[in-house]
Order: sequence, then C-alpha cells, then structure tokens
Amino acid sequence: MKVDWSTFYQRIIEATGETIYMVTFTLIFGAIFGIMVGLSLFVTRQNNILENKWIFGILNFIINIIRPIPFIVFLVFLMPVTRTVMGTTIGTEAAIFPMAIMATFSVARIVEQNLMSIDPGVIEASKAMGASPLQIVFTVLIPEALGPLVLGLTFVSISLIDFSAVAGYVGGGGLGQVAITYGYQRFDTSVMIVTVVILIILVQIAQWIGNTIAKKLMRR
Amino acid sequence: MIEFLDVSKTFKVAKREVHAVKNVSLTVNKGDIFGVIGFSGAGKSTLLRLVNLLEVPTSGMVKINDTDLASLSAKDLRQLRRKIGMIFQNFNLFSSRTVAGNVAYPLKLEGVPKAEIERRTAELLEFVGLSDKAKNFPEQLSGGQKQRVGIARALATNPEILICDEATSALDPETTADILKLLKRVNDELGITVLLITHEMHVITTICNRVAVMENGEVIELGEVLDVFTKPQHPTTQRFIESVNKDLPSAELLKEWHDAGDKHIYQVTFTGGATNQPVLSQVTQKYDVHFNIVYGSVREIQGHLLGNLVLSFKGDQDKVAKAIQELQAIVDIKEVIVDES
Ligand SMILES: Nc1ncnc2c1ncn2[C@@H]1O[C@H](COP(=O)(O)OP(=O)(O)OP(=O)(O)O)[C@@H](O)[C@H]1O
Ligand SMILES: [Mg+2]
Repeated sequence: MKVDWSTFYQRIIEATGETIYMVTFTLIFGAIFGIMVGLSLFVTRQNNILENKWIFGILNFIINIIRPIPFIVFLVFLMPVTRTVMGTTIGTEAAIFPMAIMATFSVARIVEQNLMSIDPGVIEASKAMGASPLQIVFTVLIPEALGPLVLGLTFVSISLIDFSAVAGYVGGGGLGQVAITYGYQRFDTSVMIVTVVILIILVQIAQWIGNTIAKKLMRR
Repeated sequence: MIEFLDVSKTFKVAKREVHAVKNVSLTVNKGDIFGVIGFSGAGKSTLLRLVNLLEVPTSGMVKINDTDLASLSAKDLRQLRRKIGMIFQNFNLFSSRTVAGNVAYPLKLEGVPKAEIERRTAELLEFVGLSDKAKNFPEQLSGGQKQRVGIARALATNPEILICDEATSALDPETTADILKLLKRVNDELGITVLLITHEMHVITTICNRVAVMENGEVIELGEVLDVFTKPQHPTTQRFIESVNKDLPSAELLKEWHDAGDKHIYQVTFTGGATNQPVLSQVTQKYDVHFNIVYGSVREIQGHLLGNLVLSFKGDQDKVAKAIQELQAIVDIKEVIVDES
C-alpha cells in the first residue's frame, strides 16, 4: 500500500518539525547540564582547582556506566522512570526524556575532554593573578574551550538526530517513526528515500552551523 | 622583601619522594634583580612557585614583607598574588583574548571600572612597545612580542614583585636581549623587585645584581653577581661561568703558537680600577719587553669592567721574568701552561 503524496507531504513536514523539536530541546538541555557536569568533572579531578575524590569518582562512574549503553536499550530500560517524570512512555515528549539524559552525559564527557586540552599553564597564570576557582571557570575554562566545545555540541546534535530516529521506533514521533511505519513496515520505498534525504540534510545543516560558529570563535 | 627561611618542598611521586627544594634560606631585598641559576631539575621553578604559594612548602617559612604566607586565608592569598606579577617561559597567554584583553584580565578580576581598565591597558602596552598590536590575538605574535604581553599583563595590577620563570629561554639571543632590557626598565623605572630563574649565565650577568646557584634543590652559592663571577667557590658555579667566559684559546691553538716561538704566554685578569690604568704598557716599557695580545675579552658586570687577556711576551728572558714579577703585584697574572705532548 503506497502513500498518497498529495496529502502525505504534510505528515512529512510535521515529522520533520517533531525531529527538529526533539533534537533542539534535548541539545539545549544536554548542553546546559552537560557543561555543568563536565566542568564539575574537570575541576574535581586530581590536582585540579577544586579537587574532590568523591564528586569526581561518582560522576565519572555514572558517565562510564551510562554512555556505552546502546540508546535503544537505554530508552526501554528507562521507561518506568520516563513514565514517572513525563507521565507517558509514548510520543515525542516521552522520547525527549531519555534523549536529554543521554545528551547530558555525552556532552559532559566531551566538555571534560575539551577542558583537558587547555594548556595547564594558562590556568596557572590565572591562579597566579589571584583568580578564585569560580573566576577561573568563567574567565578561563569556558572561554578557552569554547571553540572546540561548539564542535563537540555539533557532534552530539548529530547523534541526537540519530537518537530521535531510534525513538521513533517506540512511538517517539518524528521522521524516524514515519520511516519505520511507512517505509519499513509498509514497504514504501519512496517514504524511506524522502526521510533519509531529509535526515541527511538536517545533519548537514547542523554540521554547517556548528562549523561556522566554531570557526568564528577560533578565528582560523 | 621576600624571605625564605629554611624552606623545603618534597613531592611524593608514586611512593617515591622527590626533594625539589632543600633547606633553602635566602632573602631578596627591595629593588633587587635577583637571579637563581641552576641546571634542569635543580628545583628553580619550584622555588619560584613557593613565592606566590602555587606550591606550598613542606617545611620552613616563606615571608613577603614580613607576612608569613602560611598565615593567609584563601582570600588574602588571592589579594597578595595580585601584588606579585608572574611571567612564564611559555608566556601562558589566553588564546581566546586579544593582546589588550590579556593585559586587561587581571584588572577585570579585581573589578576595576571599564574606563580605568582601558586607560591602564593602553599605558601598559605603550610601556612594552606594543600599542599597535592591541587588537591582535596572541597566536599572531612572535615569541618576543608574546613575552612583552606577558610582562604588561603581569604589571597591570602595579605589583611590588615580578617573578620570572625562564622568561627568555624560549627566545633567540637578540629577542632575549630586548626582553632583558625591558625587565631592567621594569626594575629601574617602576621600582619593582625582580626574582628570576634561568639556566643561562648571561642572563644573570646582564641584569642581576644578586645571584643564587642551585643544585639538587639546594642553594650552593649565593652573593653579589660580581663576587660570584670573579671568585666562584663551587664547581657548578665555575661551569656556569665558563659557559659565558671562554677564557683561554683551545689547547691546539696554544700549542701552535708555542711551537711557532711564543714561549711566554700569560693570562691576565683584572677588575674595576686597574683597567683604567695603562699598567701593562708602563711595566713592559720599563723593562723593554714587548707583548702581543693573542686572545682576550672585556665584559661589564654590574657597572664593573672585567678583563681577561692572554698575552705573549717577547724579549730577554730575565727581563720578561722581572716584568711579570712587577705585574703580579698589580694585576692577576699567571702563566698559561702549554701542553707540549
Ligand atoms: N608537581 C610535581 N610533582 C612531582 N615532582 C615535581 C613536581 N614539580 C617538580 N617536580 C620535581 O622536582 C624537581 C625540581 O623541579 P623544578 O621544575 O623545580 O626544576 P627546574 O630547576 O625548574 O628545572 P627546569 O630547568 O627543567 O625547569 C624535579 O626533579 C621535578 O621532577
Ligand atoms: Mg623550571
């Protein structure tokens, strides 16, 4: 059974909107909390400005546990929690919750790695000029790591587009669900092709935006 | 101004103890350009970092203007650090900030009003001769220019002390000379006490008035640069001095001269006053002896001239001996032994 494109295009537009919504929202959430977790991870590391074995150990442990879980497993695994927090386990809203959590931990690790690439001498210089730990975070760590950080966020946003398609599998909405319902289960190749093309375009746009901003920030 | 009282710093690395600084006592006076010299791993950087408590001493006491650093609260320590400028071998500039932004940084930390920051930044860039680079980013500058920015940034908060960790070691000789001149101006014109560490003796002889030589965490020699330079006690100090003062020609060259007929080769060293008198020509004329300068140098340390000449005397053997005897009473002269094998 083939779809009727004269009306189906509206469904595609709607689904594209859902995908963009899911990705944007989880990216914002993931960026805010991920940067916070990543910074905490970095500053509490051994010999760093707010060294704290316990906080570092706990955060590091959680990230190491969660990050390697395949997203589709994580999604299902988290369903009871999703139901409690979001009130439902199907639809776009329900997909956002596990995506945001996964995004947070991915961003956290990327932020930590970007911060580790800052020359420790620069942090030391700031310390020698009388900066407090909080001043170091806001006047050295964030500005010095901002360029690579944007590239990191771009990378995460692209995997979020991927996640959003997976979420479609369990009724999360978006292009993923359209592709699975019409393209895969009803063997309509045209739907498959259109969704794939749109996903590719979205990834390209995300990459382009990220590259442009990063280039501005890094002046290269 | 800066006092180290029996200070030691021990690092624990994988159960092993590294004694980076051992029982160091020394005083840096107001107005000094104090140099610490030593080979790699001697503990110089660690010693320097004790001054602003980037390293905490394991034992002993570091005092600045009679305040024991250990007694300071975290907040007071940050306050104190603003009065101690620091510059680094690798400059450690903020790559995300412009030249002006780097210089303004310590003022921003202090919450200085924007107009005042701009005025002060312009003034500092003028002082280090980089006014035209204000809007550039550090990666667009040469090493010497970067270090100028580092110096301007370190001076922003009007510190009383400037500490320099191998400030010229990443620079070529000409740029090094420029930066040393700038440091001298910082000391002369702004009255800032400078504590610097280096592994290059010529840095010490060019600008320092006092010097400490470090080895294996210990200060092995300490004093006025001129004294240490002319009368080094420790073999390590002698090695550093030889590095800038090649005072004899090579053995091959000496032998060549000797074989060619120069039988009376002497080395004369003199400091200060004697240099101003025509001692050599007076004495040699008196005994009708001639001399030929075959090798030599004169250098200036702390406003004193330091001469080193290798002379070949010609003339009647007895007369040469008499002339030498008379010279010995006035200058430092000794025969250069030529290896005849
Ligand atoms: N944070 C640290 N942890 C462990 N060991 C350290 C630390 N800092 C310095 N050391 C050790 O202390 C000793 C002295 O180091 P320091 O950096 O003070 O030497 P230096 O004289 O500045 O040498 P260089 O000329 O190479 O800079 C070295 O053996 C070094 O390995
Ligand atoms: Mg060092």
